[in-house]
Amino acid sequence: MSLDPSYVGRSYPPTAPYQVGREKIREFATAIGATDPAHHDPEAARALGHPDVVAPPTFPFVITMAANRQIIEDPALGVDYSRVVHGDQRFAYTRPVVAGDELVCVNTIEDITTRGGHGFLTTRTDVTTAAGEPVVAVWSKLVVRGEA
Amino acid sequence: MELPPRTFRVTRADLVRYAGASGDFNPIHWSDRFATKVGLPGVIAHGMFTMALVGRAVTEWAGAPDAVVEYGVRFTRPVVVPDDDHGTEIEVTAVVREVTEDGLTRLDVTATCLGEKVLSQARATIRTAR
Repeated sequence: MSLDPSYVGRSYPPTAPYQVGREKIREFATAIGATDPAHHDPEAARALGHPDVVAPPTFPFVITMAANRQIIEDPALGVDYSRVVHGDQRFAYTRPVVAGDELVCVNTIEDITTRGGHGFLTTRTDVTTAAGEPVVAVWSKLVVRGEA
Repeated sequence: MELPPRTFRVTRADLVRYAGASGDFNPIHWSDRFATKVGLPGVIAHGMFTMALVGRAVTEWAGAPDAVVEYGVRFTRPVVVPDDDHGTEIEVTAVVREVTEDGLTRLDVTATCLGEKVLSQARATIRTAR
């Protein structure tokens, strides 16, 4: 399928705030076997200077994956999700996500290319606090496989 | 400089647990019937689960859960997870590519499964111990 390159640069309205729960961070850390006490014990996290338990580095994807549905489900862009494969993933952190954060995502389409019959869609999601302080920037490159 | 290698065992139970924790319930990560229908050899691990395990290796090498400044990968090959008690294994190694004057360490990371690279361009930047 071909994605319309005129969508490059388009930003979407900020998502509703995501409330980061302590138990969600513990659950995620447990699922990936991350046993560092700072992921589980608020006191251990405070000893490192954080207000509450610290999320593992890829935790923000839980939030941005849901936020990216704004783009994936944009009928005007017309991505066929059944043909989407995750290509690249990158995070640039201002600080780790911590329990108690209330995070807002702003999605931007950074790049659209077509190569070998496949579409490549690069999204950037700026994750900030509700007050607008930057937390992490998240890039995903999705490959929309062409009809074989 | 090379960092000590890490090995992570991945079973179907791990994928189910990760699906629940991450909210990614794509059936290619739990249904052989669905996975083979879309042309995969069988159920595969979430790319983000592999990335999370490598992230664990990175924070453990750094000795701090909050040390990662930047982290990126390209998913090149699926990690097929058989439906048995053994599952499969992901091996993670890394070399220090650069230590900057402002206290950042840049790592080049390699992740393999059954001898094949499952990630490319896997790079992490960590803040050197406080």
